[in-house]
Amino acid sequence: MKLENLTVRRGQCPVVDGVDLTVAKGEFIGLIGPNGAGKTTLLRAALGLLPFEGQSSLASLPVAARARAAAFLPQGRDIAWPVGVADLVALGRGPHLAGAMTGADRAAVDHALDRMGLAGFRARQATALSGGEQARVLIARALAQDTPLLLADEPVAGLDPEAQLRCMQVFADLAAEGRGVVVAIHDLGLAARHCSRLVMLDKGRVVADGPPRAVLGAEHLAQVFHVRGYHAETPEGLVFQPIALVDRRY
Amino acid sequence: MTRGRGITLALGGLVMGLFLASLLIGPAGLGLRDSLRALVTGQGEAVVLIMREIRLPRAVLGLLVGAVLGLSGAALQGFLRNPLAEPGLIGVSSTAALGAVLALQTGLAAAFALALPLAALAGAGVSVLLILALAGPRGGALALILAGIAISALAGAGTSLVLNLSANPFAVTEIVYWMMGSLADRSMLHVWLGAPFMLAGMALLLTLGRGLDALTLGEDAAQAMGVRLTRLRWVLILGTALAVGASVAVAGAVGFVGLVVPHVLRPLVGAMPSRLLPASALGGAAMVLAADVAVRLIAPEQDLKLGVLTALVGAPFFLHLIWRMRKVEA
Repeated sequence: MKLENLTVRRGQCPVVDGVDLTVAKGEFIGLIGPNGAGKTTLLRAALGLLPFEGQSSLASLPVAARARAAAFLPQGRDIAWPVGVADLVALGRGPHLAGAMTGADRAAVDHALDRMGLAGFRARQATALSGGEQARVLIARALAQDTPLLLADEPVAGLDPEAQLRCMQVFADLAAEGRGVVVAIHDLGLAARHCSRLVMLDKGRVVADGPPRAVLGAEHLAQVFHVRGYHAETPEGLVFQPIALVDRRY
Repeated sequence: MTRGRGITLALGGLVMGLFLASLLIGPAGLGLRDSLRALVTGQGEAVVLIMREIRLPRAVLGLLVGAVLGLSGAALQGFLRNPLAEPGLIGVSSTAALGAVLALQTGLAAAFALALPLAALAGAGVSVLLILALAGPRGGALALILAGIAISALAGAGTSLVLNLSANPFAVTEIVYWMMGSLADRSMLHVWLGAPFMLAGMALLLTLGRGLDALTLGEDAAQAMGVRLTRLRWVLILGTALAVGASVAVAGAVGFVGLVVPHVLRPLVGAMPSRLLPASALGGAAMVLAADVAVRLIAPEQDLKLGVLTALVGAPFFLHLIWRMRKVEA
């Protein structure tokens, strides 16, 4: 995916302002920034769900091809009807179907269910599951779409630690398989620990882009998030925790 | 999968049975074998006339009107992601009714038989233009609902105005009775006029299954799964207007079918809109056919109106569903 000088305006005011971003295969990008920084808008514009100025390689594809190029997990866990888990995950096969589901489609659904640890949930009603289980079902739906690129908007918000770690691990595995993954995320600790690259947005602009340790430097944190953080390189990787507010005049 | 198919088969059988019942039950008290033979072979003067000109159109219209209401209710609920949507929501029913009321009031309906259904179809057409002007090609679900409410209110006010200013008490009575919805005294002419629109509308709505399935996960997710929402909305509005407009034109306003039927069938077919659409068409047909047989059995002398019965049965049933839902949620 390649974005060039992407700008989204609400009225006159730019919400996303001249963003350039290229996502390569195998990258797991964390899109970070305070509330209102433009993370959600950037993802939606990149997919062509919003009118925008500039270039997006995804949005310029025809609708059907776009759906085979990128899967999108919107914010929130919005499931309108009490559908079965297997049926819901099978929705991800929609872009690939010419007629009825084939054996290959069913195999992709089974694979996605297994991958999210949902094999025992096939016949359950999606709306009757807990928040963490629903999040896994929705991720499985996106996995069943089997695209080279996955864009996810706050996929781990409101989940318990086990579910959060499980989801982040799956995203990292997808990247390791050679797919591109972009996740908008508020939890800087999870982002630092799992993502291969962080892109920090503030007021619609990219203010930092690079390896987590560099992006989460003291200056960016203070300017953009108004916090100080604690970093530690551990055998498990980078550990990061925001620990205190800094004066806004910094 | 198989469960959905089983339900569809069962509903199909039920519809066939009720269609036969609708052909065989009536005030003329014809024998079973006589009436069927007359229908098929055309032998036996009076019996043929009753079967082909009175009962057959009534049964066919019951089947079509019911299917239209069930199907369009399910499609609108799927599109708006809301179980409270019903076929009248986008304003088609009320504008079609206003068209018919105007035909009755001006005496056109009395002057020539097809004036009423044609005026109703024209009314439905006007509502489509209004909806498209108000809710636009890019308008969201909320714009559609609000436009529908505004159009319904306007058409309702128009109907009230006609009644209010009507100098002719007979026209008023006729209008009020017509608005209750009925299949009595319809001819094959009504079938030939209404069926093409209803079938075309249903054909459009039945193509929406996969798009509505994807909408289960919201508009953004559906679009990212390759659903063209603008196109889906056009097809939905056009299909609903054709089908529901024609059904109001030939049968008047038959309430609650489009609301209750998808609601009842949803848990039985596993809630996926693509499976609910055909099931609701069959379920709607079964409900209207059953109600139309019931009005003939309950009060054969009194011309009990179909729409009165569907609301009388449908509303308490709906209350019962809400009651049960409350218990589950509590």
